[in-house]
Amino acid sequence: MERLTDSTPEPAPVGLAADPPPAPKTPPKLSMQHLEFYYGKHQALSDNTIDIAANQVTAIIGPSGCGKSTHIRVYNRIFELYRDQRAEGTVLLDGEDVLGPEVDVIELRRKVGMIFQKPTPFPLSIFENVAYGLRMHYRMSRNELAERVEGALRQAALWDEVKDLLDRPGTALSGGQQQRLCIARAVAVEPEVILMDEPTAAIDPIATAKIEDLIEELEEKYTIVIVTHNMQQAARVSDFTAFFYQGRIVEFGPTEMIFTKPAMKQTEDYVTGRFG
Amino acid sequence: MIHRAAAGRKLADHLLKVISACAALVGILVLAWILAVVLQRGAAAISWDFFFHRTLPTGEAGGGVGNAILGSAVLVGLAVVIGVPLGLMVGVYLSEFGRDTRLGTAVRFSANVMMGIPSIIVGLFVYELMVVPMHSFSGWAGAVALAILMLPVVARTSEDMLQLVPNSLRESALALGAPRWKVTFHIVFRAAKVGLLTGVLLAIARISGETAPLLFTCLNSPYWPTTLNGYVANLPVTIFIDAMQPYDDLVRLAWGASLLITVGVLALNISTRMILRRSGHE
Repeated sequence: MERLTDSTPEPAPVGLAADPPPAPKTPPKLSMQHLEFYYGKHQALSDNTIDIAANQVTAIIGPSGCGKSTHIRVYNRIFELYRDQRAEGTVLLDGEDVLGPEVDVIELRRKVGMIFQKPTPFPLSIFENVAYGLRMHYRMSRNELAERVEGALRQAALWDEVKDLLDRPGTALSGGQQQRLCIARAVAVEPEVILMDEPTAAIDPIATAKIEDLIEELEEKYTIVIVTHNMQQAARVSDFTAFFYQGRIVEFGPTEMIFTKPAMKQTEDYVTGRFG
Repeated sequence: MIHRAAAGRKLADHLLKVISACAALVGILVLAWILAVVLQRGAAAISWDFFFHRTLPTGEAGGGVGNAILGSAVLVGLAVVIGVPLGLMVGVYLSEFGRDTRLGTAVRFSANVMMGIPSIIVGLFVYELMVVPMHSFSGWAGAVALAILMLPVVARTSEDMLQLVPNSLRESALALGAPRWKVTFHIVFRAAKVGLLTGVLLAIARISGETAPLLFTCLNSPYWPTTLNGYVANLPVTIFIDAMQPYDDLVRLAWGASLLITVGVLALNISTRMILRRSGHE
């Protein structure tokens, strides 16, 4: 249960020997070094080392069960809900330790938001869904709250569809709308990173297209890490792509490179659909 | 040969169907029979005086069970005040915090055992715990006994209802930065509220006819319940005592009280079903 917290602040070490492809010039937003992850005794991730660039979309692809979701669930420590799961290694957000015991998990999760595969509106009105996180993290007047809720719904491209239904339950929306509500809820608290765990896996193609457009807009303000099963989606929305296989990062680099001239045979086989 | 075997199988199939249908019918018939008898005998007792007058000695006209109705309401109400918050918190522990812990497993096991404990033993326990040291039967002791009977029912049903809330909802609230207690009370409770309410109503239905625990704790009284420090009138013990009296008017009152409890429990059950069904439609 020892955690490696040696390399504390300082500009984050960029481009360690373990990650060959082009390390971004600016310091990475998120940096993971030698992360190992366990479900009880079963090891799910081995030696994950990756730098996530700020204000870019990083896609994580790979076959089912390869550890994609497990990987991003480390960044906001959401895995800690389950008693038998644990992570060992170093994760830095802007050079600051994420996994240490003294980290304020609540503030960490404000900075690192998450969107899940299944839309999960709270059993509250549309307005209250978005206001929930705002109320929790900030103190503000009613007017400002209303403005911020509207702003978040606009950012999620949902405002025009729900502006007259704000008192309706969030669960009454369609699947695609619910997912955008979840995005609005996440951006409302002004995060810096948004983790997306197969955000379009449970919704129809048209709603998926809307969310993909949205991801491109959100990229300007946020650093996005998206897990996806859909390789076309990865190719469309991401700047960088990491290919995972059996809990390891096989290859990581600019999306174009991963999809056109990958360095590893395994990556090539996967992106060309020969397995997975 | 082949044909005969097929016929035999069909016959066995048919026979089993008929037998099980008969068994089901008997089950329903017994319930209907009880309802019919209680309704027929009890209806004669229902009157203005029945609801609003206290119990009078036999032969005096105008006696009722108003004092027992009020007393039962107070006892059950107090039991709810004690038992429901406690039971809900046990349910929260079992579902949210102690899921796979040793303590959680032990608590769940004890709750299951407690549900099977005969209520007379709970009565005897509270008699030793409160009545003997306080040298007095009391409404407080009665309410505590009923609360103890409610506790495991509320705890287990609320655990089950909270477990029905998908983990994805907990995760998304946590991912927004909500601390665990807010996730539990703001989000999980709200998502499970219909189920939790149903559990409480069923627990009330369960205790509203309990007699044995009250025999040992608050017994009964012919007077209006003005204090909880002494005997408190209540419907189940009123039935128990009056039904065995050799006086027609008291026996009639006992049947009336039986009808009242039956209708009350029935109403609770029906309303929980309606609540569940309505929420299912939303």
